[in-house]
Amino acid sequence: MADTAARDDSDTQVESHEIDVELKIMRFNPETDEKPHFESYTVRADPTERLLDCLHKVKWYRDSSLALRRSCAHGICGSDAMLINGENALACKVLVKDLDQPITIEPIRGLPVIRDLVVDMEPFFAGYLAVKPWLITDDKERMPDRERIQSPDDRERFDDTTKCILCAACTTSCPIFWADEGYVGPAAIVNAHRFIFDSRDRGARERLEILSMKSGAYKCRTVFNCTTACPRGIKVTRAIQEVKQAALFRSL
Amino acid sequence: MATYHDYDAVIVGAGGAGLRAALEAGQRVKTAVITKLYPTRSHTGAAQGGMCAALANVEDDSWEWHAFDTVKGSDFLADQDAVDIMCKEAVDAVIDLERMGLPFNRTDEGRIDQRRFGGHTRNHGEAPVRRACYAADRTGHMILQTLYQQCNKAGVEFFSEFFILDLVLSDDGACSGVICYEISTGQIHVFRAKSVLFATGGYGKMFKITSNAHTLTGDGPGILYRKGLPLEDMEFFQFHPTGLYRLGILLSEAARGEGGILRNADGERFMERYAPTIKDLAPRDMVSRAEFFEIREGRGAGPNKDYILLDLTHLDPEVIEKKLPDITEFARTYLDVEPLTEGVPIVPTAHYAMGGIPTNVEAAVLRNERGDVVPGLYAAGECACVSVHGANRLGTNSLLDIVVFGRRGGLAMAEYASTAPKPDVPEDVHEETEKWLAGLFEGGGPENPANIRARLQETLMANASVVRTDESLGEALDDVTALRKEYAQARVRDRSKVFNTDLTEYLELGFLLDMAEALVVSARARTESRGGHYREDHQLREDEHWLKHTFITRDNDGQTKLAYKDVVMGRYVPVERKY
Repeated sequence: MADTAARDDSDTQVESHEIDVELKIMRFNPETDEKPHFESYTVRADPTERLLDCLHKVKWYRDSSLALRRSCAHGICGSDAMLINGENALACKVLVKDLDQPITIEPIRGLPVIRDLVVDMEPFFAGYLAVKPWLITDDKERMPDRERIQSPDDRERFDDTTKCILCAACTTSCPIFWADEGYVGPAAIVNAHRFIFDSRDRGARERLEILSMKSGAYKCRTVFNCTTACPRGIKVTRAIQEVKQAALFRSL
Repeated sequence: MATYHDYDAVIVGAGGAGLRAALEAGQRVKTAVITKLYPTRSHTGAAQGGMCAALANVEDDSWEWHAFDTVKGSDFLADQDAVDIMCKEAVDAVIDLERMGLPFNRTDEGRIDQRRFGGHTRNHGEAPVRRACYAADRTGHMILQTLYQQCNKAGVEFFSEFFILDLVLSDDGACSGVICYEISTGQIHVFRAKSVLFATGGYGKMFKITSNAHTLTGDGPGILYRKGLPLEDMEFFQFHPTGLYRLGILLSEAARGEGGILRNADGERFMERYAPTIKDLAPRDMVSRAEFFEIREGRGAGPNKDYILLDLTHLDPEVIEKKLPDITEFARTYLDVEPLTEGVPIVPTAHYAMGGIPTNVEAAVLRNERGDVVPGLYAAGECACVSVHGANRLGTNSLLDIVVFGRRGGLAMAEYASTAPKPDVPEDVHEETEKWLAGLFEGGGPENPANIRARLQETLMANASVVRTDESLGEALDDVTALRKEYAQARVRDRSKVFNTDLTEYLELGFLLDMAEALVVSARARTESRGGHYREDHQLREDEHWLKHTFITRDNDGQTKLAYKDVVMGRYVPVERKY
C-alpha cells in the first residue's frame, strides 16, 4: 500500500481535544409539523471544527432527515447562511470555539421556510434581479477586439461590492426587509452599487430610478445589521449610503 | 406522475461551462439550464488565481508559447489540435468576459493585468511569464457572477435545485432528453430536448482531502457510465500542492505566482532540488509529488511532520492584502495562522479531474474510441475530456477550458437542435425511473451511506492519490467493489418529499462509487508514470506503449472494459519533462 502525504488526522487525532457540542436546531417539515420547533443534539467535535461539520455529524450519524443547504464549505458559494446564536453567518465560516453553547441554529429570517434550515430563495433573487444586475453599455462604444480601458483607481472604486456571493445573510438580517415585502434589501443594493460605480457601466440612471422608488435604498435606516452579517466583509451599509447619495445628486 | 417539458437545448449544470454554453444556445434556440444548486453556488466560484491568455499586456507572449506549456504540462497526453484551439481562442475569451463586465485587475495603463502562474513560461520554458488575467484571488467568482448576470440579461430559463436522474436515449442512440428530480417537491420532470449538454463539474469528493465542494460527485459522467458510454483518462486526477492542512481548502497557486515559497521542516526551499529552473512554480503534479516525498522522508513540518509550509512572510504586506485577500483570510479563519508573519501549513489536496466524458473539439460526446459521436449529446468543462489537459492540467487552464469549450458546446448544440427533428419520447418514459427511485426507500440493510462515503474517501486517499502502486490500486479496487455492494443494500432513510437531501446525498454517493471504480481500474492498467498518475512501481513515462488515452466502459453485467485512443499529435514531440 502506498503511503500518503496527506495522511492527516490519523495522527493528529491523538492530540485533538474533542468536546461535547450542544446544538439546538429549529426543525420544520411541512408534511408532518404544524409549526417549527427546536430539537437538541449533542455531538463530539474539535473546537476548531466548523459549525457545518457539526451539522453534518447530526445529519450523517444522528438524524438523516435534517435539511440544510451547503456546497463549498469554505465561505465562497453562499449556500449555508443561517441564524446562528441570533446572528446571520455561514455555517462553514464559524468555528465551534467561537460560539457560546448551546449553539442555536435557525433558518435565516424574512423568507418562507421550506424545511428545517432551508428557505425559499426566490423572493431574494427577485429583489436582486429588480436592479438589473448586469453591465449596461452603449452599443456605439463597442470595439470587440480589445478590452475597455479602466484605470486601477476606477477598478478599485467598486471592488468591495464585487465580493458579494448572494448568500442573503445581509438581506435577511435587515429589520426593514422583515417588515416590508416590497423592499429589495441590502444585497440587491450592493449589486446595484457594483455596477453604478463601475466606470464602464451606462445604466446608473435606470438603476437609480428603480432604487429611488419606495422599494429602494431610502428604506434603509442604517441599522448596520447587514454589514455585521456579511461573511465577505463588504461594507454594506456604506454601499447603500453611497447609492442613496448618488440617487440624490445623480452625479457620478 | 411526472411533468413533461419541451426544449431545443437543455444544459445540465450551471457553473462556468454550463452558463457560457447557455449564453450561446439561449440566443439561438429554446434553452433550459437544469442545476442541482442555485447557479451562483457552483464551484467555478471557488477558482482563485486567474485565466491564462497570451494578451501580452505586460510582457511578450504568444498563444503558441501557451500551447507549448499546456502540452508539456500535460506530459504530452493532451490532444494538440484541441490545445491549439483553446490557446488561440483564449485571447478572445478573455476580451469577451471583459466586455461582459468582468472586473479584471488593471495595469497602470488601464489594460487587463497579468501575473505569473505555475508552468506558464516565455519562449518554450525559458522563464516564468505573466500570462494569467485575474480579479484579485477571486477570478472564478467573478467569472461565475459575470456569466450569471449575462444569462439573466439574456433571459435564460433556469430550473434551480433540480437533480438529474437519467439521460433519455432514443432507439437509434441519439440523445432525446433528461429526467430530473425537483428537490423542493420530490416531483419528477422529463425534459424532452433535441440536444443536451452536460456541464456537471468534477468528482473530487471521492478523496478524503479535497478542495472540491460537497456537491462535486460526478453526476453527469456517472449517468453516461451507467448507460455503457465510455469515460476517458479517468486515472489522471490532479492533486494541488497547496491545500490547507487537514481541510484541503485551496490556497491558490497565485500565492506562489506572487512570490510565495514552499519550505520543509528545515526551512529549506526544497523545490530547488526538484525543478531547478522554475522551482515553486513547477506544474502541480511535480510539486505535489515533491511534497509527498519530503513528508515521507521525514522532512515534513509540524509536531507530526506531516505538512509543508507555504511561506509568504517575505512578501510586501500590501501585495498579500491586495492580491491574495481571500486565501489569507482562509488561513486566518480555519487554521488561526497569520500568513504575514508565519508559514501556512499545507498538503496536497485532490483538486481536478483531467479525465471525464470524452468529446471532440465541438464538445460532442464520443461513444467509442474511434471517435463516433452520440447525436445530440455534448459535454464541457471539468466533467468532459477534450483533452486539453492530458495527464496534468496547468493552473488557470480550467477557467479557460470552461469558457472556450462551453461556448463551442453551446454553439454546436444550438446548431444541431436547429435542424434535428423533435425527439420522440413516450409519455411513460419516466416510469422506470420512478420505480427505481421508489425502491431506494424500501427494504435494504442497516448500512449507513455516510460510513460508506467515509471509507471510500479513506481508501482512495491512501491508495490512489499522489503515489500509486499495483498493490495499492488493487486494494482500492477491492474496497470500492465491496463498498458498491454495501451501497446496493443501503437505503434512503428520510422518506419526505420536501427537500430530501438524504436522497440527493445517497444518489451522489452512487456516482462517486462509479467514478472511483473507473479511476482505479484505469490507473491499475496504466503501467507507467505520466503527469498526475505516478506509479512507484513504474516510475518512467513510456511513450512507446502509453502515449494514448484510456477509454473505460462498464457493460450490463458490471464488467469493466478498457480500450485506447491515439493522442492527436502536432508541433510538439514528447521530450523529458524538466523545469
